[in-house]
Amino acid sequence: MVMNRDDIFSKIQEVLDDALGVDEDEVTPEASLTADLGAESIDFLDIVFRIEKTFDVKISQGELFPENLVDNEEWVSDGKLTDAGLVMLKGRMAHVEFDSFEGGDRSISKLGDAITVNSLVNFVELKLAG
Amino acid sequence: MRWLWIDRIIDHEPNKRLVAIKNVSLAEEHLHDYIVDGQVVMPASLLIEGMAQTAGILVGTTSGFKEKVILAKITRATFDSDVTAGDTVRYDATIDRIDELGAATSGTVDKRVAGGDAWERIGRIELMFSHLDNNMAGTEFPEHNFVFSDNFRMILDASGLGEFICN
Repeated sequence: MVMNRDDIFSKIQEVLDDALGVDEDEVTPEASLTADLGAESIDFLDIVFRIEKTFDVKISQGELFPENLVDNEEWVSDGKLTDAGLVMLKGRMAHVEFDSFEGGDRSISKLGDAITVNSLVNFVELKLAG
Repeated sequence: MRWLWIDRIIDHEPNKRLVAIKNVSLAEEHLHDYIVDGQVVMPASLLIEGMAQTAGILVGTTSGFKEKVILAKITRATFDSDVTAGDTVRYDATIDRIDELGAATSGTVDKRVAGGDAWERIGRIELMFSHLDNNMAGTEFPEHNFVFSDNFRMILDASGLGEFICN
């Protein structure tokens, strides 16, 4: 069966319902995983595991959520994402819309806020398309 | 000493499943502070701890206990019935997914009432464990945060699983 975007969204709602204990109606496309749905770091691992199982895909470390950025001075300086870091992230994570980051607060601690329910749907859509 | 909330491991399928039991006794002083409808009851939080120890050992054996395993999340825990003194609790934990960052486990909790033969399903618990060395290298955490410490060797040895500890 070929899944369309609505099917993927519906399954992502179930994943987030199970992983975060949120109600499905809170899981809107624009909802940020951290700022709106209260996800913490371990929840990201939980979400990765559940997406792998639900959609029968294999997700590599750092593929869905950014990891180990702070170790690289070229990407992060004074706790903020550099231009080079932003270019790298946009290239590596086509599923996330980093627009709000572009001209706004680039604190690395705010990076999680950019990851929305839509980011997950985009990711699965790209992943299933191969 | 960290409290042990399981008495014995009774089944182990390496990298997959581990089953442990606990005999609940009135000698446990905490029971005397937790009385529901005139009966002492084992708090649900301690049933979760028992599962965390069962599943934590299971996760630990996959790496010969080289990784520091920490309980990172109680994803879900539901209970249908209370456990009281004289009952035996059985924790049956399964690894759903594991990688270098952590593990997700799910499991069932059963009880056998005093003098009974049959096991009754009383709960289900899903947990997440984090492999600390891979997630927060260099950060120091108090030893009591870890799911297993030296005194767990006693249970492992008594249950014939000492071979899974890498020295």
